[in-house]
Formats: sequence, C-alpha cells, structure tokens
Amino acid sequence: MTVLKKSLNSLVVLGLMTAPLIASAETAEEKGTRIAIEAKASDKGWQDMQTSMNMILRNKEGQESIRDIRLKSLEIENDGDKSLSVFDKPKDVKGTAFLSFSHAVGADDQWLYLPKLKRVKRIASRNKSGPFMGSEFSYEDLSSFEVEKYTYKFLRDEPCEGGTCYVVEQYPVDKNSGYTRRVAWLDQAEYRPWKIEFFDRKNTPLKTLTYHEYNEYEGKHWRPNLMKMVNHQSGKSTDLTYSDYQFKTGLDDNDFNKNTLKRAR
Amino acid sequence: MSRKKLLLAAGLSLALPAQAETLYELSGKVTAEARYFTQDAQFPQQDYSSNLSFTVEPEFYWEWNEGIDSLTFTPYLRVDENDNERTHVDIRELSWIHIGEDWELRTGLRKVFWGVTEFQHLVDVINQTDSVEDFDGEDKLGQQMINLSLVRDWGIVDLYLLPGFRERTTIGKNGRLRSGLVVNNDLASYESSAGENHIDTALRWSHTLGDFDLGAYWFHGTHRDPKLLLKNSNGTTYLAPYYEQMDQIGFDLQATIDSWLWKLETINRDTQSENYWAAQGGVEYTFYGIRNSSADVGVLLEYGWDERGENADAAIQNDLFIGARLTLNDVDSTEMLAGMSHDLDYDSESFIIEASRRYGNNWKLSLDGRFFSSDNPADLSYNIKQDDHLQITVERYF
Repeated sequence: MTVLKKSLNSLVVLGLMTAPLIASAETAEEKGTRIAIEAKASDKGWQDMQTSMNMILRNKEGQESIRDIRLKSLEIENDGDKSLSVFDKPKDVKGTAFLSFSHAVGADDQWLYLPKLKRVKRIASRNKSGPFMGSEFSYEDLSSFEVEKYTYKFLRDEPCEGGTCYVVEQYPVDKNSGYTRRVAWLDQAEYRPWKIEFFDRKNTPLKTLTYHEYNEYEGKHWRPNLMKMVNHQSGKSTDLTYSDYQFKTGLDDNDFNKNTLKRAR
Repeated sequence: MSRKKLLLAAGLSLALPAQAETLYELSGKVTAEARYFTQDAQFPQQDYSSNLSFTVEPEFYWEWNEGIDSLTFTPYLRVDENDNERTHVDIRELSWIHIGEDWELRTGLRKVFWGVTEFQHLVDVINQTDSVEDFDGEDKLGQQMINLSLVRDWGIVDLYLLPGFRERTTIGKNGRLRSGLVVNNDLASYESSAGENHIDTALRWSHTLGDFDLGAYWFHGTHRDPKLLLKNSNGTTYLAPYYEQMDQIGFDLQATIDSWLWKLETINRDTQSENYWAAQGGVEYTFYGIRNSSADVGVLLEYGWDERGENADAAIQNDLFIGARLTLNDVDSTEMLAGMSHDLDYDSESFIIEASRRYGNNWKLSLDGRFFSSDNPADLSYNIKQDDHLQITVERYF
C-alpha cells in the first residue's frame, strides 16, 4: 500500500507540473481517489488525540437519552488507528471500555471490558453496520477514515459552508458495510467534511451527517465540535458533541492493550 | 463529566502544584430483587414461595499523580428476607494500582476474571465464589493479592501473590437452591497446616496473535472448591467444607473469525486425592441485523467434560449447553438470553431465560426465569429440582 500511495503521490506531483495536459485525462474515479488521498495526507501527523464525546439520542417524539464517552486514539502509519473508549453514561454501563485496532483492509481487532464481571471479551468486528450505543451512528461511521476503505467517484464542485466543496461519491469496499454508497462534501481549502449522505443497501437515502463548529488544532488538524446525524427513515437523530480536544499528549502503543483496557475508567 | 476535581489543601497545592491534585468519584448501585418459587420446597425450613432481597454497592474512586496511582473501594451489602447466610457484607474491591511504563502493580482486595466460555468458568480460579448470591457461580468474593503485570511484545505476564484464603459462602438452612444437608462453615478444615493463611501463588501469560486470544497459567495453593464431608455438630449432621491444596495448570483460547467465536478452556488439577483433566469448549455465532433491523441474534453451543465422569464432585462432567442471545441494539439496551443445559449422564436438564432493559438514564429492570428437572438422586442438580423460580430485579445506578 505504501508503494501505491507513493506512486499516487508522485502522480499528483506530476499532475501539478503538467496540469493543463493531465487534467482532461483524469477520470472522475481518479479525481475522487486523488481527493481522498489528499484529504488523508492533509491531516497526517496528529500522532495521538484525547477528547470527550457527548451524545444526545432523540427519537421521533423528541425523547432524549444521553451517552458520555471518553476517547483516546493513536495514529498508526499505513494502517487504521488504535483507540480506547470508556463509557461514563448511561450509568449502568459506566466503566465499560472498548479497545479497537482498526485496519485499513480486513477486519478490525476489538475487545470489550465488562467491569461488573471484570472480564475482557474479544468481540467479532463484523458488525460494522450496527448502531453504536443505540445511536444513529454505526460503528463504521465512527471508525477512522482510511483511503482503502472506499472506491471513489468525483461528482462536481459545489458551494458549501466551507467555501467551495468537492462532492465525491464513496463506495464501501467491505461487503459488511451498511451502505451502498456515501456522498461526501469536502471543502477545497482544508479537505474538511461538511456533509455526508448515506444510502442503505437498497440504495435508498438513509441518513445525513452534518459537521459544525470546526476548530484548528496544532496548526493543521481540523476537528468539528458538533456532528449531527439524522435518520430519514426512522425520524431519529443523534447529536455528537466533542469537547476538550488534546493532541500530541504522548500516548504510545503501551496505552492501548488489555491492561489499559481493564483500568480505562 | 461527573468527576469532581478537589484540591487537597490550598497550602499543600502551593508546595506540590501538580501532585496534590486528587480526583474523587462516587458511583454505584442499589438493587431490589424479588423471587417467586413456583414449586413447594424439597427440604424442611424452606417453607416459603417468595423472597425479597436488597443490595447496596457503592464504589469510591481516587486518582492522583495524574492517574499513575489510583485507589478503588467497593463495599457490598446484601440483606435477604429469609436466609441469614445470604444477608452478608463483603469488600468486593479495596485496591491500589500503580502504573509504570510497561508494568503495573495492583495491591489489595481485587477480582480477576480468566476465561472465554459462557456456561462454565473452568479456568477462572483466583477468586472464591460468593455462592449465596446466585446458584450460577458468577458472583465472586474479593481476593487479597499483590499482582505485578508486565507488558511484553510476546504477551502480558501476571505474577500473583495471594496472601490468605476466603471460604466459600454457603446458603443457610432457610435458603433455597441448596443441598438437603446444610453446609456449616464453622466446621471448615484445611489440608495445609497454615489453614486459611496459606500463601497461594499464580503465574499467567496471555497474548493475542492475529485472530487468536490465548492464555496459560499455573496456580499453586488452596483449592477454591471444598470437598464436603459429613460431620456432626450438636446432634445435627452438616456438610463440612474441607479445602485441599492443589496445583492447577490451565489454558484458554478464543478464535474470533468473521461472525464466529471458537472457545476452549481446559485444566489439569492435581490434589492430594486426585489428578484429572476437565474442559469446556464451544462456539458462538452471531447473525447481525436480523431482517434489516438493528437486532442481532447470537447462537451458543458448548460442551463440558470432566475426566472423572460420574464420580466427579463437579456439576458439569458430561453436559451439553445451548443458548440464544437477542440484542436489540436499541436506546434502552434491550437484551434477552435463553439457555439450556442437558446432563448426558443423568439426563437432567435446566433452562434459564434472562431479559433486561434500561429505563431512563439510571434505572434497569431484569426478568429471569430458572427451571430445573432431575430424577436421579446421585445427580447434584437433584437438590434444586423443586427450586424453579422467577426473579425480577430493579437496579438504580448513581
């Protein structure tokens, strides 16, 4: 994959040098892939990150339910990230913790710690499309973005909240994905996602995710304070608010194992 | 975040700015449990059909040195309507953890779980069973220990020094779900001359290799399961626990492949009176997103074997288990589990069903049903054949 990335990167450089000639030859698929590679590259080097997540789940009648989660993640070069999440609310699952080694290609490695039983359970990660804690976010919606997870097609340029956006269609590679495709709006200046539309396995519109209140960290890492997911089929929605973002806190591999999972709290 | 940051003392904080900051947190739960027994009791002094029980389990937590040191204190109290033995106090946890770069030291009363299977926990050996809590053996007493855990590239190594032993709690004469003769813990005796002060040791290695999670250990010390001897005391015949010494090696393995979990636990136990192998193994398969919903259905199949066969003093010697777990993945975390065990030697059976869901943000309700059948007095489950019951549990978290 590294070799592929390198050659794609040099293609990009070549493309810039001979822009007028190449531009017309680039297909929509190539342009979509190039945007994904550039988006990933623009956020590279965040090393590690810690944040608190608050979810407000709303049903059709407007009834609310709260989830509080603390998250630590570690950037892994040429693979998916490692992450450790701890649940604070609802209180009956307080102390439950989730360790995930995600992979760009193939199944993720995931363990769950159940504090009542003091038990660490390796769990099947096939369930990408299942809801996360009963919310409108599925596990795959919350996993790290990796270029290899999709194939791409550039659709058009369009004005958006972040200026002018690339509108790119993304087709999940994993057969266990809950989607046939996603349509993503990324601004041309910083490659920040502003909106993603999700289409279910029957290719019917399922959900819309919008990103709000971006802040820049460490001079190049843009993170939203708020993500809103609306399910058009069920009428339910989830607001995900992030707070206390911290980057480069010195986390390493030793902070992501079964021992740290057991005392994550 | 519900965590409260306390500055220990203003004066001290000037002298030790970072170190003096201590994080304190209180959480926990209270529960109310009601049982209704659907049949008349088998033994005298069990003459009731319903039972109420309440528990309190707060957890106090302190963290200092930016999380390098932490202290957890979890006392536990159960008050039972009928069984004086079930009314009891325990310290589930009183432990200090100190973290190094690739090691950690855990000292105090703690709970440790080893194993991968669902219907029996054969390799789980560190903690004594708190058997008055429930008949399934899932509840444990805190064990005093010093545990050094080392993280290496080739796995995690845990060294345990276990000073002192805790006797198994046993159901009293007015309790149901017990044997005909009552176990009298005042008559407990030990093989070791050190008695309950014997210092046990254990060494465990565990590791993940791709799709495989595996562990192996050696345990040397007091057997957690007592032999039960007939003894007379004040004209009444009791069962008297006798705790042997044992050396046990154990191995556990789980392969996690696509939607399949393959599980195996095996032990070799060497005591004064016997040396034998036992194993529990099986599979779990999950169907995700049933009929385009978010619900999952998991199917479990396990088999438990004991080399000693019908001579075993264990309830599981040639038993088959099947189960199904329904998880709705909804806002209220609604779950249901049904399980059945069949003893292939004695043809006895038990059936359990458990359902639970959350109400609001802090309440949880569980409904359980347990049903037993046995026709052979030689079978251990013959004792509880008339203790079928329904149970409702309300939990309030704080």
